[in-house]
Amino acid sequence: MADHKHGDQHDDKKHGYYTGDIHNQFVEEHVDPKSVKSIWKTFWILLVITLFEVGIAFTSIPHDILIVIFIVLTIVKAYYIVAFFMHLKHENSPLRYSIILPFVLILYLIVMAIAEGNYLNLVG
Amino acid sequence: MAEATTENKPTKSVWGGGMSPFNVSWGKMYMWFFLVSDAFTFSSLLIAYGTMRHRFTEIWPKANDVFTHFPFLDGHIPLAYVGLMTFILIMSSVTMVLAVDAGHKRNNKAVAKWMLLTIIGGFMFLGSQAWEWYHFIHGTDHGAYVMPDTRVARFATDHHTHELDMNTLVFPDGTTVTGAEAEAVKAKSQLFHGANLTRNEYGHPLFGDFFFFITGFHGFHVFSGVMINIIIFINVLNGVYARRGHYEQIEKTGLYWHFVDLVWVFVFTFFYLV
Repeated sequence: MADHKHGDQHDDKKHGYYTGDIHNQFVEEHVDPKSVKSIWKTFWILLVITLFEVGIAFTSIPHDILIVIFIVLTIVKAYYIVAFFMHLKHENSPLRYSIILPFVLILYLIVMAIAEGNYLNLVG
Repeated sequence: MAEATTENKPTKSVWGGGMSPFNVSWGKMYMWFFLVSDAFTFSSLLIAYGTMRHRFTEIWPKANDVFTHFPFLDGHIPLAYVGLMTFILIMSSVTMVLAVDAGHKRNNKAVAKWMLLTIIGGFMFLGSQAWEWYHFIHGTDHGAYVMPDTRVARFATDHHTHELDMNTLVFPDGTTVTGAEAEAVKAKSQLFHGANLTRNEYGHPLFGDFFFFITGFHGFHVFSGVMINIIIFINVLNGVYARRGHYEQIEKTGLYWHFVDLVWVFVFTFFYLV
């Protein structure tokens, strides 16, 4: 079993690889010397938020306020997964915006569809 | 490797052609755009769920009354099991990102180890979901009465002890009937246990439809992810990426796997918490 350690083919300072597609561009890899530590930090954040959500579900906080807390915390969790686990924070800005901006349409759909649901409920 | 060492001059526009403005390979870019489209699909499903829930808000079942089981424990234990499932999936996301990290360090053995743990986490989640489905389909021992107009009359339960009152029925709008009236309702209704696509003992049948479709669609994604992870794991064992010189394939697979975790975060909130 081949086991090459520490990219010995790359003698330059930059850490990365050639994509191998038609551009064969050199793609720099984001290198964080404390990467393992930051991965576990993200894990603890996600775990604590989840436990907090399960915990407050059984308190006497009014349901409307709970819903807002849950949705905000869900978006926080989604941010940590996408930004750090999926590394989107370290991609360049054209790629970041191409991925994030289309979700404006989802916000629009949420507003329209939930309004429709409430209307249908009203008219029976 | 050496033939492509020409540096891109800073004066040249990144949109001028001849290079990727996104500074990623086409494979990674397409994985991202596939995930955007897949996120739209899941968003539409969850928004449809939200719309119908607002439509039938008064009679919509509460997840805390439906999913109350925990393996080897008796009694009314809502949210704990799905919390455990969330933990399993987050944990397998961590092992996946550790595999990607080991790939950046070109450590083939560590990549193989973390990939194997990710696959095990995926199977654990699938098993948990099968268990959850089994209990939802199987239902409670006492069941509930499905009336001719498809509304469901359930046995009244004490809010604190969760003990059943077999002589009192609760309608979806919260009104109750006891004694002879309850017997009359029972006589013209059908006792039903659990859930299928047309009725469920917990309330509106759409709740079951959305549950089966959304968690089923998500579970199928997890299953596909596990299969892809196994293929990649075999490649890692065979040293495919060590020979290639980089582990971008692990990153692309990882993107898909984290996306599955991301979707579950939303399913967890909108199906179980809210």
